[in-house]
Amino acid sequence: MTKQIVFAIALLLTFAVFGYTIARIIRFFSLTKKGFPIKNLGKRFMIMAEVAFGQTKIFRRPVLGFLHAVVFWGFCVIIFGSIEMVIDGLFKLEKSLSFLGWFYDFLMATGDIFAFLIAIAIFVFLFRRVFLHVKRFEGIEMKKISHIDANVALTIILVLMLSLLGMNAAYVSHTNAIGGEIIGYYPVSNFLAPIFSGMSIESMQVQHEIYWWTHILLIFVFANLLPYSKHFHVFMSVPNTFISRLEPLGKLRNMDNVTREVKLMMDPNAAFAAPATDAPIERFGVKDAEDVMWNNYFNSLSCTECGRCTSVCPANTTGKKLSPRKVMMDLRARMKEKGPQLLKNKDFNDGKSLVRDYISEEELWACTTCNACAKECPININQPSLIVDMRRYLVMEEGSAPGEIKAMFNNIENNGAPWQYSPEDRLLWTKDLEINVH
Amino acid sequence: METRKIEVPVMADLFARGEKPEYLFWVGCAGAYDDRYKKVTRAFAKILSYLNVSYAVLGKEETCTGDPARRAGNEMLYQMQALQNIELFKAYEITKIITICPHCFNIFKNEYPDLGGNYEVISYVELLDKFIKEGKLKVNTDTFKNSRITYHDPCYLGRANDMYDEPRRVIKSISGDVVEMERNKSFALCCGAGGAQMFKEAEKGDKEVFLERMEDVLKVNPDIIATACPFCMTMMTDGIKYKNQEEKMKNYDIAELIVMSLGL
Repeated sequence: MTKQIVFAIALLLTFAVFGYTIARIIRFFSLTKKGFPIKNLGKRFMIMAEVAFGQTKIFRRPVLGFLHAVVFWGFCVIIFGSIEMVIDGLFKLEKSLSFLGWFYDFLMATGDIFAFLIAIAIFVFLFRRVFLHVKRFEGIEMKKISHIDANVALTIILVLMLSLLGMNAAYVSHTNAIGGEIIGYYPVSNFLAPIFSGMSIESMQVQHEIYWWTHILLIFVFANLLPYSKHFHVFMSVPNTFISRLEPLGKLRNMDNVTREVKLMMDPNAAFAAPATDAPIERFGVKDAEDVMWNNYFNSLSCTECGRCTSVCPANTTGKKLSPRKVMMDLRARMKEKGPQLLKNKDFNDGKSLVRDYISEEELWACTTCNACAKECPININQPSLIVDMRRYLVMEEGSAPGEIKAMFNNIENNGAPWQYSPEDRLLWTKDLEINVH
Repeated sequence: METRKIEVPVMADLFARGEKPEYLFWVGCAGAYDDRYKKVTRAFAKILSYLNVSYAVLGKEETCTGDPARRAGNEMLYQMQALQNIELFKAYEITKIITICPHCFNIFKNEYPDLGGNYEVISYVELLDKFIKEGKLKVNTDTFKNSRITYHDPCYLGRANDMYDEPRRVIKSISGDVVEMERNKSFALCCGAGGAQMFKEAEKGDKEVFLERMEDVLKVNPDIIATACPFCMTMMTDGIKYKNQEEKMKNYDIAELIVMSLGL
């Protein structure tokens, strides 16, 4: 009974803290802009199946992609075991899902194998991070805390997998020792079970208890650490693929408020006929965290800082300041800084903004909108749309742009071309055009 | 060899005569003004005439699509250009547009519909591919039989619109020696000119993007870099000069390659 009570308290505490954290984060979304309706559910499920569950984009780098896929698929299977542990813990049962029969054996066997494979993958990941200097993991935005964050999460996952294997192995050896029937099938742990063979039956049971509690309590702790770390992606990445942009990468979002303005300009009659509104003036583009659309913020919370975007960014690889990863991390950090204050007072102003205080103009103007970052992102984050939205703010609200860009605007306005040529010369290329007749 | 003079049909003239061509051939600002890219425009016009395609250009009535303005953040200017163009297209009852610039292609295809401009937008690359497939363009494989060709993917055909195979099929139709750079198709490196970079100095860094791309090119050591975008062409041509490769390699647009292999 004590065990049940302790377990129930731990579980309650987990849910309470987790609920509090999530509620806090959800409130930040109320600060962001709408305008990204979720339609085409069928298509979205397909993309989620492909990109999240099929791990297709992570396989763009095949070797590490495979290791990541093993971890992801393993998690998907092992979660059934964790759910069972919660039921067992609450109701003082043992192997409560075993009524599933052959499917239970299958779940336990694959979970057991995956635990072993994940442990190997995580070991490789940790080794890479600690001993190899992977360029992708560096950059001005990669502070020490990011590296610690990564290593802590990997270590926790490693301990989770080892405790799971320990738990299974202790279960197998204890059940064998008392001549009981083993429920489920544990290929790797069967192999490991002899480790416990010299122990007394009681010790085996104690060992099992220790691993059992270590595993489940660590899950509880981990679940509550995640939302405060970049590993929030464990929860966010699957839904993030669901909210993927469905349009071709080359398409930019239309600004309907600009369309209204332009149509009024082009049709003076409409300008007089338009009713006067008291609606607050809308901001053109993105200056600060609260100007972004909700999906941009969702993207930023999903980012794992893997750096695949930055590693393919032409500006970044040629030593310019832009890093698409930093753009996502900056948005997340800025919301964390300003969000809580804004929720208390919607007119809050700390004299800072996402543009300039976090992301410099130099970074923004370095983007070629080549979409390599968006193509590469394993969870379909779209960085260019946010970068262009910030340019929109700079240009339309501040009239700020590099001199040559302003000249280009002038040329388009005056000559209908980005260069200073006369429209009269548009047909010069047709002069003396001849074709050989065979 | 005999030659025949080509008169490029202009939309306003045709309309005055009560004629309506099937396609609008959208030349684009680079196609009309850039000295190097004008040759590509001429090459493609030759192909259209050779195949008796029913088309016309807007000529003096053509104006910027608004693409560089939009990508540089000037949504207001973009939309003014776009709505103006849409009005003009409406007046000429245009339904099909052929472009030779991937940036124009992308904006017509993906962005004009948001402002009510819905057209069948065709890249000249698709068209060349189709004509070759249908056997209308009987290319001569001798012209480039000793040329090693590599293709540089423009971002706005490739990643932006998933057009990777069409240009490759076109090039493979004229040469058996086509090599891929290490970064190709969706992994291709930008030439560095998109997103309005063409019109300004690059931000400070270790090197220019086009030089990084040229290093990819040099690794496969081609005789010809095939491009399919005016910006890529400018950048690759600069890259060849910077790396002192003018004696060794040339940069041609795929429309030019077809014209050369047809002997037009």
